[in-house]
Amino acid sequence: MHQTVDAALGINLLHANQAGADQNRAQFDRWGVTCFNVMSSPGAGKTVLLEQTLAALSSQLQMAVIEGDMTTELDANRLRQYGVPVIAINTGRSCHLDSKMVAGGIHQLEHEFNPTDLDLVLVENVGNLVCPAEFEVGEHAKVALLSVTEGEDKPLKYPVMFQAADCLLITKIDLAPYLEIDLDRIIANIRQLNPHVTIIPLSAKSGKGLKDWYSWVQGQVHQNRAVSPPPSQQESLAALTA
Amino acid sequence: MHETDMTRALIQTVRDWQAAQPESAQIEKIHLVVGQFTCVEPVSLQFAFEVQTRNTFLEDVELVIQETPLMAYCHPCQQTYQPDIGRQYACPDCSTPMADIRSGRELKIDRIEYHSKSAEAHAPNC
Repeated sequence: MHQTVDAALGINLLHANQAGADQNRAQFDRWGVTCFNVMSSPGAGKTVLLEQTLAALSSQLQMAVIEGDMTTELDANRLRQYGVPVIAINTGRSCHLDSKMVAGGIHQLEHEFNPTDLDLVLVENVGNLVCPAEFEVGEHAKVALLSVTEGEDKPLKYPVMFQAADCLLITKIDLAPYLEIDLDRIIANIRQLNPHVTIIPLSAKSGKGLKDWYSWVQGQVHQNRAVSPPPSQQESLAALTA
Repeated sequence: MHETDMTRALIQTVRDWQAAQPESAQIEKIHLVVGQFTCVEPVSLQFAFEVQTRNTFLEDVELVIQETPLMAYCHPCQQTYQPDIGRQYACPDCSTPMADIRSGRELKIDRIEYHSKSAEAHAPNC
């Protein structure tokens, strides 16, 4: 006899990606590494921001980059000049990184470098304000960039990205005087969606605001280390409690 | 086209579900709930589903997408409101920022309708 049955599932469509992201984050935690997912539209200045960050902070923090790019290694090659491990992931036709791709990057980091020496892994996502917002990769914080040339209304038009961000960098502010743009309006539009986000206006070209960004980065690394201490400290903690 | 990836995830989940059934389950309809405050466009998802299930075990299966509106709760006003996506997210009465989303972020496979060869078949509680 045939009958129609209705089965309740209630499974999130992104369940598999989320499980992979949780595994990635657990691996970062075991290594005592903080991970940022850096996202923006194409051309907002992610790569130049990473270049400045690597140059300014490499004496204080051991960093590596996982670089998502649809087809090329152009950005990865730019970043390799700073002497840090750079893992390039070609996403092919996919317009965002997902947790499985980043797991591949983590695997490569583990085999080619010494990840327990690292403090920070910067994941540069594919330039896109839509898709990366839905696919967590295992980050501890989401960093979104919005350049002043993109216009004041972008937070309203791409709300999911701006609502999810932990840190929002308004980039290229050296260009603001040449544009009819109201920085306060951009900030108000972001705050409507995400009242607690850290907002830092900056220019990677003039250097304005970069110090605030670097302090935020260091604050996050220290805060995360306090929550999940690096392996050496974990061992000494275990020895103390044994 | 992240709808392509979403569809791939959907097909994989349904395949796993079907394999876990004790009796062969012939799937007729898949019900999804997609919130308006997600990056998923139902029309694109329908299209991706149709293309990606061609010549597979899900060919001709109907995908039913129920959209849920973005609803937020304003704590000072103690009321839910519907933000105007693309224009205004703060509370229309007191301008408090949108901080507490109550619906609109859903992206889930809600239920599956299928034919079972077993007369005693009943819906498992997954």
